[in-house]
Amino acid sequence: MSCTDKETCTCTPAGSLPVDGEASPGIEAGRRAFIKAGGAFATIALTPTVTLMSFGGGKANAAQESLDPKARWGLLIDVAKCGTGCSECVSACQKENGWQDTGHPETDAQWIRKVTVKNPKSGAVAELPVMCQHCDEPPCADVCPTGASFKRADGIVLVDKHLCIGCRYCMMACPYKARSFIHETLIDQKPYAPRGKGTVESCTMCVHRVDRGEIPACVESCNLTGGGAMMFGNLNDPQSEIAKRVAELTSTQLRPDLGVDPGVHYTYL
Amino acid sequence: MARIIYREARSRTFLWVFMALMAALVVTGLSSAWYMEHHGHIVTGMNNGIVWGLPHVFAIFLIVAASGILNMASLASVFGKTTYKPKARLSGLMSIALLVGGLSVLVLDLGRPDRLTVAMTSYNFKSIFAWNIFLYTGFIVIVGAYLIVQMTRSWMKWTGAVGTFAFVWRLILTTGTGSIFGWLVAREAFNAAMLAPLFIAMSLSLGLAIFITTRLLLDYGCGDRSLGTELIERLAKLLGIFIATTLYFQLLMHLTNLYSAARGGVERFLLVEGGIYPLLFWGGFVILGSLIPMALVFLPAFNRNRMMVGLASVLVIAGGLASIYVIVIGGQAFPLNIFPGMEVSSSFGDGQIQHYIPSLPELLLGIGGWALAALITLVGVKILPILPVEDNVTLNAAAAAG
Repeated sequence: MSCTDKETCTCTPAGSLPVDGEASPGIEAGRRAFIKAGGAFATIALTPTVTLMSFGGGKANAAQESLDPKARWGLLIDVAKCGTGCSECVSACQKENGWQDTGHPETDAQWIRKVTVKNPKSGAVAELPVMCQHCDEPPCADVCPTGASFKRADGIVLVDKHLCIGCRYCMMACPYKARSFIHETLIDQKPYAPRGKGTVESCTMCVHRVDRGEIPACVESCNLTGGGAMMFGNLNDPQSEIAKRVAELTSTQLRPDLGVDPGVHYTYL
Repeated sequence: MARIIYREARSRTFLWVFMALMAALVVTGLSSAWYMEHHGHIVTGMNNGIVWGLPHVFAIFLIVAASGILNMASLASVFGKTTYKPKARLSGLMSIALLVGGLSVLVLDLGRPDRLTVAMTSYNFKSIFAWNIFLYTGFIVIVGAYLIVQMTRSWMKWTGAVGTFAFVWRLILTTGTGSIFGWLVAREAFNAAMLAPLFIAMSLSLGLAIFITTRLLLDYGCGDRSLGTELIERLAKLLGIFIATTLYFQLLMHLTNLYSAARGGVERFLLVEGGIYPLLFWGGFVILGSLIPMALVFLPAFNRNRMMVGLASVLVIAGGLASIYVIVIGGQAFPLNIFPGMEVSSSFGDGQIQHYIPSLPELLLGIGGWALAALITLVGVKILPILPVEDNVTLNAAAAAG
């Protein structure tokens, strides 16, 4: 047997064919070079993360320090009061958190949206806002490989923008289509609501306001200029207005059959 | 049994041209990834409804096939079928190559591929995705070790043990890949334990189809070895059994869903009314990718003909791609059922079929992953003693004796 290209040929000379378990010296050298190159690559690749881990803090430290671990923040939405065509909650969220409609509904972020629901049998129609449902058992946090999606002790579900790698598995897992992927470069972001191309985001329940003792922008706007359909509060506090209303009224959660226990409740749906 | 002699592939023009072509496709894929990363996913067909697009189809195909290709080695090391022993090294090399190709596509399709090290240092152990990171990297290490013990004479006694470990690992790995979809409770098209065994069945047929295609191409490219007719027929029949197994699990999954009234809508969409998805399922997967190849590999008129068996393998590969497209994209296209029994509409596409048109960068990235797998395989057979000199010693001897 002979090769057509002798200069570049790496065939073993006839008579000394490598058999089971034998490797030629050339291959040994190649293997060593490969391992060396691999080691160098790994060092270069790991350096940024090691540096980040050295200088960075833990996950959402500032927020974790100011939250009330006994609280379960939630929303109660009175669908009967939610006005047809009213989108005050959506506008308020956009203004507060810096996301907007650019005319591309399939790729634009939508932290909150108005959904029209029609019962095909009775013809009854209702409108209601849908946003991150801040589940007690959030599927997004379960599936997130890096732990970027997480639930705070007070029930608010967030995305750690430093840990999100943009895999979108949380979007596959969310039963409510509550999450958006940032498809292009953003400008003019709000400092308290960081957003970034290539990462996933969703309603934060205005965590920056909640941590200051205020209510979410959508709820404030709905009560000021909308139909007064939204209520925010601590579901764990039996004395809170929201807990009393949830106890009094027949409210429901979206897809309660999934057992994820959303923090957003709806009445008259 | 006679000692099997392995040697590096010959330097023939075909091999170099093929390697250059694959290298060019890898560069094109990398350029596409850079383009997507620079401009954002706005330049792809993906959106907030179809969040995993064509790159995932290619990547999942490669990852599933990677574990299946190892089956050739397992047949020898685990199940004692010595006829297949000469294939074991190529089988191991290709399984690593395909997995690396698939993972590369997955990583480069991330929104933040620059944060790969975050994915490797920050884990949520409740996530099946995180488990898969360990399953994939573990697979590469274990199969690498499997190759080394096969090539190192003093360690050869460990081949059976390491091979068995690799076999078990690959079953778990494909279970993990299937479970990425199977454990998604929110989506009606997924959320089925059946997806894990279906993925394992798919891995067997896709892996063998790719192995046969590659061997036939290498035989042509290297020109100094070829699969014997007996072996071709055996491999063809084995492929037929794997195709039938995949069809069986698909049938069972869809029948299970059809039996549930709640899932009638998604089944009607995927199998009848969904446009491209039923077309790909019936035309691509069932007819072109399963029934025609089964005829080619089971009918005596065809199954000893390497061209026909090669054609059957290519059809299985195409059908597998179609099938994974339907599972991954079709499963997302059907709207989430947030308000069961209601008609729903919104500015965010609630209640609507989600639209997706793959873009060129996505296609090139996916093809780049395949090319990377091919390139690794070609470089491997060029520099390592992977291919046996005489490939079907036992069968030829048996045939001569008979």
